[in-house]
Amino acid sequence: MALKIVKGSIDRMFDKNLQDLVRGIRNHKEDEAKYISTCIDEIKQELKQDNIAVKANAVCKLTYLQMLGYDVSWAAFNIVEVMSSSKFTYKRIGYLAASQCFHENTDVIMLTTNQIRKDLSSPNQYDTGVALTGLSCFVTPDLARDLANDIMTLMSHTKPYIRKKAVLIMYKVFLKYPESLRPAFPRLKEKLEDPDPGVQSAAVNVICELARRNPKNYLSLAPLFFKLMTSSTNNWVLIKIIKLFGALTPLEPRLGKKLIEPLTNLIHSTSAMSLLYECVNTVIAVLISLSSGMPNHSASIQLCVQKLRILIEDSDQNLKYLGLLAMSKILKTHPKSVQSHKDLILQCLDDKDESIRLRALDLLYGMVSKKNLMEIVKKLMIHVDKAEGTTYRDELLTKIIDICSQSNYQYITNFEWYISILVELTRLEGTRHGHLIASQMLDVAIRVKAIRVFAVAQMATLLDNAHLLTGNMQRNGICEVLYAAAWICGEFSEHLENPVQTLEAMLRPKVATLPGHIQAVYVQNAAKLFATILKNQEGNTDSTAAQETSQMMIDRLPLFVQSANLEVQERASCILQLVKYIQKLQQKDVEVAEEVSALFAGELNPVAPKAQKKVPVPEGLDLDAWINEPPSESESEDEQPKAIFTKEEPKHSRPRHTEVDEKELARRREARKQEQANNPFYIKASPSSQKVYQEAPGVEHIPVVQIDLSVPLKVPATTPSHPTGLPMSDQYVKLEEERRQKERAEKKKKEKKKRKEKRSGRGKKHDSGPESEEDITPAHVVDIVTEEMPENALPSDDDDKDPNDPHKALDIDLDKPLADSEKLPVRSHRAAGAPKSSAEDGEAENATPQEPKKKSSKEKRDKKKDKERDRKRSKEEKKKKKHKHEEKEEDLLGGQAEEPVVQSEETKEVEAQPTSTSAEVSDLDFWLSNAPVPSNTQEAATVAEAAPAPEAPAGTAADSEPEEPKDTETEESKSSKHKKKKQKKEKEEKEKKKKKKHHHHHHHSDGGGEESVQNGTVEEEEPLPPMSNYCLLAENSYIKMMMEDADQVCDIQGNLQDGSQVVVSVIFENKSDSFLKSMEFNVLDSLNSKLQRPEGSGPHDGLTVPFQLPPGVSNEARFVFTVQSIVMPQKLKGTLTFIVKNEDSSTHEKLDFKLHFTCTSYLITTPCYSDAFAKLLESGDLKSSSVRLEGVNMPFHHLLARICFHHHFSVVERIDSCASMYSRSIQGHHVCLLVKTSGQTVSIDAKCDEPTLLGNVLDEIKQTFSQC
Amino acid sequence: MIKAILIFNNHGKPRLIRFYQYFAEDMQQQIIRETFHLVSKRDDNVCNFLEGGSLIGGSDYKLIYRHYATLYFVFCVDSSESELGILDLIQVFVETLDKCFENVCELDLIFHMDKVHYILQEVVMGGMVLETNMNEIVAQVEVQNRMEKSELCNQN
Repeated sequence: MALKIVKGSIDRMFDKNLQDLVRGIRNHKEDEAKYISTCIDEIKQELKQDNIAVKANAVCKLTYLQMLGYDVSWAAFNIVEVMSSSKFTYKRIGYLAASQCFHENTDVIMLTTNQIRKDLSSPNQYDTGVALTGLSCFVTPDLARDLANDIMTLMSHTKPYIRKKAVLIMYKVFLKYPESLRPAFPRLKEKLEDPDPGVQSAAVNVICELARRNPKNYLSLAPLFFKLMTSSTNNWVLIKIIKLFGALTPLEPRLGKKLIEPLTNLIHSTSAMSLLYECVNTVIAVLISLSSGMPNHSASIQLCVQKLRILIEDSDQNLKYLGLLAMSKILKTHPKSVQSHKDLILQCLDDKDESIRLRALDLLYGMVSKKNLMEIVKKLMIHVDKAEGTTYRDELLTKIIDICSQSNYQYITNFEWYISILVELTRLEGTRHGHLIASQMLDVAIRVKAIRVFAVAQMATLLDNAHLLTGNMQRNGICEVLYAAAWICGEFSEHLENPVQTLEAMLRPKVATLPGHIQAVYVQNAAKLFATILKNQEGNTDSTAAQETSQMMIDRLPLFVQSANLEVQERASCILQLVKYIQKLQQKDVEVAEEVSALFAGELNPVAPKAQKKVPVPEGLDLDAWINEPPSESESEDEQPKAIFTKEEPKHSRPRHTEVDEKELARRREARKQEQANNPFYIKASPSSQKVYQEAPGVEHIPVVQIDLSVPLKVPATTPSHPTGLPMSDQYVKLEEERRQKERAEKKKKEKKKRKEKRSGRGKKHDSGPESEEDITPAHVVDIVTEEMPENALPSDDDDKDPNDPHKALDIDLDKPLADSEKLPVRSHRAAGAPKSSAEDGEAENATPQEPKKKSSKEKRDKKKDKERDRKRSKEEKKKKKHKHEEKEEDLLGGQAEEPVVQSEETKEVEAQPTSTSAEVSDLDFWLSNAPVPSNTQEAATVAEAAPAPEAPAGTAADSEPEEPKDTETEESKSSKHKKKKQKKEKEEKEKKKKKKHHHHHHHSDGGGEESVQNGTVEEEEPLPPMSNYCLLAENSYIKMMMEDADQVCDIQGNLQDGSQVVVSVIFENKSDSFLKSMEFNVLDSLNSKLQRPEGSGPHDGLTVPFQLPPGVSNEARFVFTVQSIVMPQKLKGTLTFIVKNEDSSTHEKLDFKLHFTCTSYLITTPCYSDAFAKLLESGDLKSSSVRLEGVNMPFHHLLARICFHHHFSVVERIDSCASMYSRSIQGHHVCLLVKTSGQTVSIDAKCDEPTLLGNVLDEIKQTFSQC
Repeated sequence: MIKAILIFNNHGKPRLIRFYQYFAEDMQQQIIRETFHLVSKRDDNVCNFLEGGSLIGGSDYKLIYRHYATLYFVFCVDSSESELGILDLIQVFVETLDKCFENVCELDLIFHMDKVHYILQEVVMGGMVLETNMNEIVAQVEVQNRMEKSELCNQN
């Protein structure tokens, strides 16, 4: 034995080590492969020896060879041997090799489980560390399941070095074994506050990774992260957290509001560019998430844009790049703020760095407007000419096309210009994007009818000069353009000036060198041209011309009949025979033109890419049902039909734009509709088209602008090498400029007149200012034909997520309490039993047995609270008390000795989390609902302080626990789904009522449904009558006009995101048999309340209702009002104008209404905890008032529900026939009620910091009950 | 997450490769070649970010690299990493190498690939940033090297 060892080490001295191997390889440059193969043979020998040192050396060398690309998986077992060495040195080599070449399918991995477990529990922390590091690279689902518990134990290891590694590796374990997430999560969360910054950072890292994929499950951690963000100084941690918030804000806009200030502070204070950049990024994310609700965050946007400008102007290319990257994010929601930096971005196009140029290009896409499109494209065209390297030039080309064609050519005012740009682009050498240009040409020519004459002329020239395009084989890609040119000339041949010449050009012998599919189009369209020519010539007395044309066809077509391409051949021979026949007829002087052109009659309309998918399944058709008996299993396997002529298309070739998500699409659609509505020149495509909801009023009365063809249609021959003089498109730019100027001048004149007419009007904003978007009118009547959709197309897209995403499995609700079955598997027999006990402790802590403890502490707390109320001590004293109390509770829960004493309430809540879900949700809610007052941090702190008891939201509701979660959820009033459902219901209900010819009170209360749940605070099983906040608007006129007009119902609600906004939802219902359209909603603003109108519209303009109403249909629209003072109820007068369209007539109608803003509508349901409530009452800031209601004949809980529902209150506490309730106004006034009942008398004592508001609210409550 | 760390020299010879997602050996070599091709044609005074290496992952991924004398250090990361942060991390890693090898040069990396791996393991683990404090990294590396030394002494 001893001899063996000696022999081994002697052997070793002659072995090559890693350095020798490397040196050897370097010395054998010419026959490296051969040398390495001899080395591998040596290594194989070494691996056969028993000496572990030799083996380790061999494995080390293998690791090096693996880097050079050699497969070393054959040595996997030896690697495992080296891993299990007792010596750290070898173990490390083994694990390194394993981490480089093991993967899920390496079968020896299953042999390692016990070895790894042993290493994990090794007394030497570096053994454990090495094992963790290795495992992080090759963990499999099996390993994860078997080792999860051991790793979780290590998360509480005494050494921070191990803790941080264990925490990090948990992420990999979660991915492979998702069941471990819930049991391990509490401990992971604990680690967010680990005393060691490395561990803390690791925990933040893991949670950020998790939250990035499934953000909604981590919203409840927001308060904790917020605290970390404001306290941490570690930039790494800060960056991660700030990035995380960027992912969370879209889910919870209130969070964003809360974040803005600390982030802004960081932006101002930090010197680290990386941190600054991430802050800006997240602020942008916040602004994006808020942009729907509140437009007035311009200060923050300005700050971001400013900072980004500084970055972009920096000489450091990295900052420049990142600045542009972030800018493009702002662009999506706030294009105006970015547009002012156009100069800077255009400058970046000249940058030598391609990454930066591409970024700048991306930005340009969003920056174009009607006004600057031509200018920007002109710049880009210059770049196209200058660009070196085809990739960048191709990128430019696609960008130009993208920019111009975006949102249905929204920004193009002059299509002649666009066609000439496309023609210029065909001169690009060696581009791959010929098909792109071609499809644009086709699209424009088909959809913009007015441009066809021009397009046809251009295309004819292109065909004439086809040799310039095809002359060079390198320019192959561009010949695709000829496909478009030929088709356009053929299809719209009636516009051709000299069809014979074009026909001649299409039948040149040279055409035969083009790709087959293009030739086929040539042949087909030659036939179309031929038909047109015949038609033109038929009228002439001289028939020789017609016969000459036929002869030409007959002479030239045989060339194509011989084509090797099947398609070309088939078409050519068909057409050739046809022409021959025609010629025969011609010789007999028969008129054939009519019949020939009938071959090509009819117009082709574009079909929307999704049209097929949207065809609804007809009723009664079950696509899944078998038509015949299903075939037997065995047959179906291998018999797949084979395509004969064409290869099967790859399945993933979906059109690109289906990826745009539905929301974005809806937004764009909306924007486009607006645009079209404002555009007097827009003519609806066809009345049947479903997509068009709107028509500009009185299209017939608008004078049609004549096309002013001051540019000759003849195109100067496109000589590629020396374009003479100005390029075509430039001429159009000039012309367009002139045209716009003229228009502006005219407009000014008109405006002057107007001003003379009414001098006293308020100051106008935009008459003298720069030309605004709306002012630019298109050069001629542009009829953009919308794409056809099937009847009854379903409006929504089904979003398809990647089913293979490993993160899908991690979408787990982390707030639910742990069940016993969810514990991590603990192995039954283990070698070294030391850390087991602590593991189980941890388990117990997180699992269910906590319940009884919890309850007792709750009881105690309740008692305490009562006492406190009795004594009515001062605030400070109470606070101290509570602190003590909390510490005691900590002891009760016990056993968290290593925890630092950072005792803010928020963390406490989080720790107690698994036991009380509903409390959790409302805690977050409460934390967030303080958002409006972030300026005073101290205040925020005290409010948070006031909410220590996680189970507080309905203190007495202990017996109705199952209902609680729903309750709080709806109270948040943020789940829009619920809301929509509700509204639908109410609409239905409404209709029912109509039929009964009931007349409406302010609120109604019959029908049936589950709405009771939504009213919150339900304690008994007895169902509540459903209620609605919708009331009839415009009742009087409604009855008079009932025959044919809309019935409006509205609901007024404060907008919780903004202290001065109220959203009014109006349901329009068409009760007539006619079609209602062009509805305009207008309200006479008062000093206090104003209807929010889109930017640029005057103070008296109406808002267009964004839909039309077919008979019997109802729909809902929302209108935003800004309100200054909310203490008084208000009434606004308004009118709705609309057009009633019958089959034979259409009339303008008008409906007057009054919007009643009650004080109630300014209140927002806000949950409040009894402690906070008590404190509020004691603070003495509140004025009190009271009211008595007589003859109320309903159960007490119905009464409460009614107040909750109609007046947006929430129950704080209820004891028998007495309840306290709370609500908050949108401007932050607290309103507290104490409702008592005895018999049929209800007394309400109320307190509020604004007496007028309170009085009005009470009046309204009184009214509610007097009506029932 | 970091998806891969590649170190290669001005001629594209790999000096260290570390993939945090499994690729077969030939694929790894192809990725190295492609990455080298992308990175090497860029001037030194352009930005250090590259989009769209087609082999590793899709649009969410970026290449972030630094060029030191004869070596390229390339990190392939997804959007959860801060771009500037990773640049800093590369700097930290290189400075650590410099400390551990005393004036590091390409030769050190050539002959001591294993040691470079061990150092990297203290910085990045399983694709996630483990430690960014250079002193901490160096301390841990040195302890482990001492352990190695004492084990080898005992043996001989």
